[in-house]
Amino acid sequence: MSDAHAPEHFSHHVRRYLYVFYALIFGTVITVGASYINFGTYSWNIAVALVIACGKAFLVAGYFMHLISERKMIYGILAFTAFFFVGLMALTIWHYHDFPMFTSTH
Amino acid sequence: MEIPYTTQPRPDTGLYNAKVGIWLFLASEVMLFGALFSSYILLRVGAEPGFWPHGWLNVPVGTANTLVLITSSITTVMAWASLKMNNFSKFKFYHACTILFALTFVCIKSYEYHDKFTHYEVALANGKFVDGHMKENKLVMKDGVLTGYAVFSGHEVEERSHLYDLKKHHTKGHEEVKVEAAEIKRMDTYGPWHNTYTAIYFTLTGLHALHVIGGALVIGFLWGPGSKLFRTDPERFTNRIEISGLFWHFVDLVWIFLFPVLYLL
Repeated sequence: MSDAHAPEHFSHHVRRYLYVFYALIFGTVITVGASYINFGTYSWNIAVALVIACGKAFLVAGYFMHLISERKMIYGILAFTAFFFVGLMALTIWHYHDFPMFTSTH
Repeated sequence: MEIPYTTQPRPDTGLYNAKVGIWLFLASEVMLFGALFSSYILLRVGAEPGFWPHGWLNVPVGTANTLVLITSSITTVMAWASLKMNNFSKFKFYHACTILFALTFVCIKSYEYHDKFTHYEVALANGKFVDGHMKENKLVMKDGVLTGYAVFSGHEVEERSHLYDLKKHHTKGHEEVKVEAAEIKRMDTYGPWHNTYTAIYFTLTGLHALHVIGGALVIGFLWGPGSKLFRTDPERFTNRIEISGLFWHFVDLVWIFLFPVLYLL
C-alpha cells in the first residue's frame, strides 16, 4: 500500500472501508440465516458457511489489511504461509480416508 | 542510535521494517490457529455418531460478539485513516471506540464462559440425565457420602445422546428439576474437561480471547501514553497504528471462522 496519500485522497478510502464494513455485517447476518436452512446434507451447510466466511475473510484481509495492493515481499511471505496451511489441512482431511487394511471404514 | 527504516522503506523489501515483521508474525499465527483448527476437524470427524454437540452455544450472543468485533475492525482502520488525514482528535475517538469494543467482546465472552461453568450434566442412577443450571444447591458431602438435594433449571432426558442435539430433542422451555443426592451417579459442569467439544471450544476461544486482550493492551498504550510520539514523529506513530491495526484485523479474521465453526455448524 502506498503510504504517501494526500488527505483528500483518503476520503475515497474511508468510503470504501465503510462499504466493506456494511458487507461484513451483511455477511454475518447471511451466515446466521443460512445455518437455519436445510441444504440437503449437513456437508452443504458446512460448505455454505465456510464459503461465506472465506468471502468475509477476503474483505478483511483485502481491504482492512490492504492486501489487494501490497508489496511483493508480503505476497511472498503469505504464499509460503498458504502452502503450509493448505498442506496442514490436506493432511488432516487425508487422514480421514487413510485406514490400515482390513479395518472398518467411516 | 537511530533505528533504521521505521518510516522509510528498505530498498530491498520496499517496506518499512515493522511491516515485514508483523506479517512474519501473522504468518506464524496462521499456523498456530491452523494447528488448532486441524485438531478441531480431527476431534469432530472422530466423534461417535450423534455425539458431536449442536446448539450448545447461544447464537444471538455469539452473533452480537461477532458484530462487536467487526465494528472494532472498522474503528481501527478509521483511526489509522484519521492519522493519514492529520486528524489526531478523530484518531483518539476511533481508537477509544476500538478499546471499548474490545472490552465489550471480552465481557460477553466472560458471560458465555460463566454460563458454561455453571451448567451441569447430571447422570442419574436410573440411567436418565438431567441437564441445566443449578438454581438451588443443598448438596452436602458428609463422611464421603453425598446427602441433600439440588434443583436445576433445564431438562430431564432418557438418553445422553439427546443432550447433543438440543434443537432436535427440546422444543419446550426450561423446567425446574429436583434431584436427590442418592439419585446422582455422576455430575460435572460444561467446562473444558466435559468432552472433546468443550475442550476445543475453550482452547480456541481462550487463545483468541488472549489475542483480543493483548491487542487491546497495545492499542490502549498507543491511544494513551504512546500517542505522545505523534507530536515528535507523526509518520512513525502512524506506522505503529497500522501495525497494531494489522494484528487487530487478524484477530477479527480468526473470529470470522471461529463463529460459524463453533456456534452454527
